[in-house]
Amino acid sequence: MSDANEPTGTTGATGATGANAGATGATGAAEGPAEAGPGPGRRVRVVLVDDHRMFRTGVQAEIGETARTGVEVVGEAADVDQAVTVITATRPEVVLLDVHLPGGGGVEVLRRCAPLMSDAERPVRFLALSVSDAAEDVIGVIRGGARGYVTKTITGTDLVDSVFRVQDGDAVFSPRLAGFVLDAFASTDAPPVDEDLDRLTQREREVLRLIARGYAYKEIAKQLFISVKTVESHVSAVLRKLQLSNRHELTRWATARRLV
Amino acid sequence: MPEAAALTVEDPRPPRKLYRSSDGRWLGGVARGLAGHLGLPVIWVRLVFAGLFMADGLGALLYASFWFFVPLGVGGVDAERPPALATETAPDGRRRLVARKPDKGQIVALLAMVVVTMVFVGNVDLSGGAKAYLWPTVLVGAGVALVWRQADNARRARWMAVGRRKRTITLLRSAAGVLLVAAGVSGIFVLQGSAAHLGSVLQAALAVLVGIALLAGPYLVRMTQDLSEERLMRIRAQERAEVAAHVHDSVLHTLTLIQRNAENASEVRRLARAQERDLRNWLYKPEGTGKDEAEEPGTLAEAVKRSAAEVEDKHGVPIEVVVVGDCPLDDRVGAQMQAAREAMVNAAKYGGEGGAVQVFAEVEGRTVFVSVRDRGPGFDLDSIPTDRMGVRESIIGRMERNGGTARLRAVPDGGTEVELEMERAQT
Repeated sequence: MSDANEPTGTTGATGATGANAGATGATGAAEGPAEAGPGPGRRVRVVLVDDHRMFRTGVQAEIGETARTGVEVVGEAADVDQAVTVITATRPEVVLLDVHLPGGGGVEVLRRCAPLMSDAERPVRFLALSVSDAAEDVIGVIRGGARGYVTKTITGTDLVDSVFRVQDGDAVFSPRLAGFVLDAFASTDAPPVDEDLDRLTQREREVLRLIARGYAYKEIAKQLFISVKTVESHVSAVLRKLQLSNRHELTRWATARRLV
Repeated sequence: MPEAAALTVEDPRPPRKLYRSSDGRWLGGVARGLAGHLGLPVIWVRLVFAGLFMADGLGALLYASFWFFVPLGVGGVDAERPPALATETAPDGRRRLVARKPDKGQIVALLAMVVVTMVFVGNVDLSGGAKAYLWPTVLVGAGVALVWRQADNARRARWMAVGRRKRTITLLRSAAGVLLVAAGVSGIFVLQGSAAHLGSVLQAALAVLVGIALLAGPYLVRMTQDLSEERLMRIRAQERAEVAAHVHDSVLHTLTLIQRNAENASEVRRLARAQERDLRNWLYKPEGTGKDEAEEPGTLAEAVKRSAAEVEDKHGVPIEVVVVGDCPLDDRVGAQMQAAREAMVNAAKYGGEGGAVQVFAEVEGRTVFVSVRDRGPGFDLDSIPTDRMGVRESIIGRMERNGGTARLRAVPDGGTEVELEMERAQT
């Protein structure tokens, strides 16, 4: 929300992309998708971190067309060290981050980029993009500070949508992630240390459930008779709780989960 | 009997190599190994040993030397020459670890040994002095047997790349063995008339032991550390080799099929999905699960995933499954699973064009909730003729008969969602 008029910020920050931004703004306005995410004229600079070159190329082809989607891939990296260097150098708005990376994995990138994430002026936001199915991996990056998690089976359109959503500061949950989170918070039998933080409200739970069932935000809004904005704020609240809530509980869950 | 024994003794090695058997053994696996090697029933060999034991304890000596010199073999692990033991070893694959039941045989063996020893002791007519040494000797023997057997077990466990679980029992057994030997040895000392000096002897022995421990201790510790590290590496390498073998087999196979069916898009998709599922099972499932696909599913999560996989294979529509929580399958949940499967089939058949079918299952307390949603053209129950029983009977009817509820509804932006709710049976 605070970044609504972000392009002007970019123009000031870096000259080279600034020139680019003007051109993009014009074409983007003409044919930008009408969906909620990418608004007309909006641009987002993205760094792609994945150790498979084929995959990076594929994502480039799907989303990396500035004119059509408003997404511009400004850098790529194949391992942790490269990623940190590239991200620090290019200062993108969003990083698409693979969970499994040589050199310590996505969690390590998040750890080393923590100062960039908390930068109030131009925060770098991370969206985990993984083929992994393991709850530990996924919850790991989310707790490390990623703003969302989508699987690699996602379509180009949905991915672009997610990128914009993350840039806006919202959280992006795939059905699978929603399932993991529900699981994590369901199995807290012991009284949590911080009651307020470690508990999902009824509404948040409902929203998560609908995400897990495959509903889009818009559909959830309709279903629950609330606005899309409210859905987004619920989801963001869940993400915050997940990132801040009692670590022991979740660790315990990760090791001894799935027993009712 | 003596002839048979002689044969046994003279013919231990020749053409095939002799191994002791680690499966179904009572003590050291010597009798079993010999029997397998000679093609005789085990019981014969055991009787021969027992008989020989009566002959001034010759059998025990023989047994001990066999135990000492003949290497232990495990079926399947020792790929070089298992046939010698094939009659004895169960044909289990090398990775499946059959949970070992408590060795009933060992208890029987122990009892038999006690009886035989009693008879033996009763039989031998030694002079009083010699006879007095008998019990300490038996004690030492028993202790040695215990520790050796333990060593065998440890080696076996290393082959199977397991262990650790029974560490306390291992320790206990070793300690008991050492204690027995120590008791026996001190018994002999005491009998030698040095009972008065027992205290000083023990002190001296202790001092020597402490000295040795001080000298050799660090070295031993280092060595064990190196050893366990090496073992870890080997286990890892083995695991990797297993994964590689699996990947090699099934992935290459699938890739070949895909190349051959390149024109048939739906078949290619089906193959790829099946392979993906299989690999995920392998890579991300916790140890021990997802490897034996043949068994009936025992829990909700397994059942849902299984049904989804089957429907996906059959209809070529991707099905995404999210399961929250888990519970064992009972009759009601089983019925719910059948209804869910029916719903998945419907969704795949009629709503498959709209994209992946999404299945969500959740266990919350006693309630099990399953939703199956597609993004197809939608579905109106009222517009279906009443004689078409598919949905009414196999989904709604089945749920209601088992005390659950089923709801069908159109999703706002196209598609159908089936919601199934069931209370678990009270246990």
